[in-house]
Amino acid sequence: MIETLILWGTWGMQRVARLGKCTLFFGEAVGCCLTPPLKWDRVLKQIWFIGWKSMPVICLTAAFTGMVLALQGHPTLRRVGSEAFLGPLVALSLIRELGPVLAALMVTGRAGSSITAQIGIMRINDQIDAIQLMGLNPMRYLVVPNLIAFVVAMPLLAAVFDVVAIFGGYLLGVRVLGLNAGAYFGEMNNYVVIHDILNGFYKSMCFGALIACVCCYKGFNSRFGAEGVSVATTQAVVDASVLVLVWDYLLTALVN
Amino acid sequence: MIIIENLQKAFGGQEVLRDVSLRVKTGEFVALVGLSGSGKSLLLRHVVRLMRPDAGRVLVDGRDVALMPRRELEALRSRVGYVFQSGALFDSLTVFDNVAFPLREKTRLGESAIRRKVLEELDQVGLKDAEHKYPAQLSGGMLKRVALARTLVRAPEIILFDEPTTGLDPIVVNSILQLFDSVHKRLNLTGILVSHEIPEIFGIVQKIAMLHEGRIAAVETPESIRCSANPVIDQFVNGKPEGPIQY
Repeated sequence: MIETLILWGTWGMQRVARLGKCTLFFGEAVGCCLTPPLKWDRVLKQIWFIGWKSMPVICLTAAFTGMVLALQGHPTLRRVGSEAFLGPLVALSLIRELGPVLAALMVTGRAGSSITAQIGIMRINDQIDAIQLMGLNPMRYLVVPNLIAFVVAMPLLAAVFDVVAIFGGYLLGVRVLGLNAGAYFGEMNNYVVIHDILNGFYKSMCFGALIACVCCYKGFNSRFGAEGVSVATTQAVVDASVLVLVWDYLLTALVN
Repeated sequence: MIIIENLQKAFGGQEVLRDVSLRVKTGEFVALVGLSGSGKSLLLRHVVRLMRPDAGRVLVDGRDVALMPRRELEALRSRVGYVFQSGALFDSLTVFDNVAFPLREKTRLGESAIRRKVLEELDQVGLKDAEHKYPAQLSGGMLKRVALARTLVRAPEIILFDEPTTGLDPIVVNSILQLFDSVHKRLNLTGILVSHEIPEIFGIVQKIAMLHEGRIAAVETPESIRCSANPVIDQFVNGKPEGPIQY
């Protein structure tokens, strides 16, 4: 019994210590973001990599998400005679929750994993040590540009996700299921308020910071060899995805 | 001057460095030899605080490296050149950009001055024509030369070589060691060279320190180490399979 408690206690302590290290890492990264010099060329490059290069996967996922929402929502709403509310149902679900969360999950898989692997390989090939030994802070080269790029790109990607998904819902609801286009967009206009949009915007920014922090931290602390980088990449994707969902719940509970 | 005093480092109960003491005078070039896994690279990493000791200290020009505040440490690292075993070149940058990287980041030189300095250094290491290539397109020997050029372009006062010739053919090994020798003589650098290239290194260093079982077993000149009476050194230097060193 005592041995089991010790095991659980040790496991818990290790998790708390890891969380503490990750928080300190994030704090240092934020500190570097607020103090010059900032590497703007690298920031722009990462915005292009994280934002622009994620567009195809974001658009594809968004289109199908919107269509599935319309397909699932329509029969339910028809049962209570409220098909006209399909527009608000799709829009509010997306803008408040699904847009930011699904965009974050897709970007974690596409860009976050790649960043962890890249930093991990730099760690095992001594490239991070080489930067340090030039009297430079690797945080400014590898973490800060990613952190800023994620925080900038995530709300934009979530916005694109929302627009494409709403259009996907329109295609299915109006063109396939025969709903009135005016009702679809008109009711949406009545029910979606600026608070919902801002809510999604803030969430996306938080998710961006979260993904950047977890993925860079895992890459920085990658163990040696190909297996070490592989484990770090897997952990980064899993941890960031889980944290996005947990953080989404906490933010939603806080706002509501 | 680099002074290492009673340095100790252990990992998970396994003592790698037990009690290491070594002095490298200003302008002196010392080779650090020893069995694979004896902690040579680990010792080198302590000099620039890529590792912190469990006990003991490393003094560079009288200052304890482990106790240096961040700014002082950055200043020290700016004076030290470190050539990694792997080269540690940035794979996403060309040879030119790799060598130019420290100049762009740490100096206020204009692009034309940087270009002149980089091409000068690449010329010194015989790689002027490789400026547009990426590290993945270079041979092992060329990688080491580029790494040396990137280190030298910062004009370091101290240079640390971590097995820079491992895995290269004998001709390339000799050409790289000659390059180190000429650099050392030209710039009068203080240096530590971790290497297994015996006897090739004998001609380019002033002293040889042997690390064995977590301690410096001997610090001798190349001439005296060749005919050392110490059975450990004799076995290692002459590559004898039989002797006190057990595998």
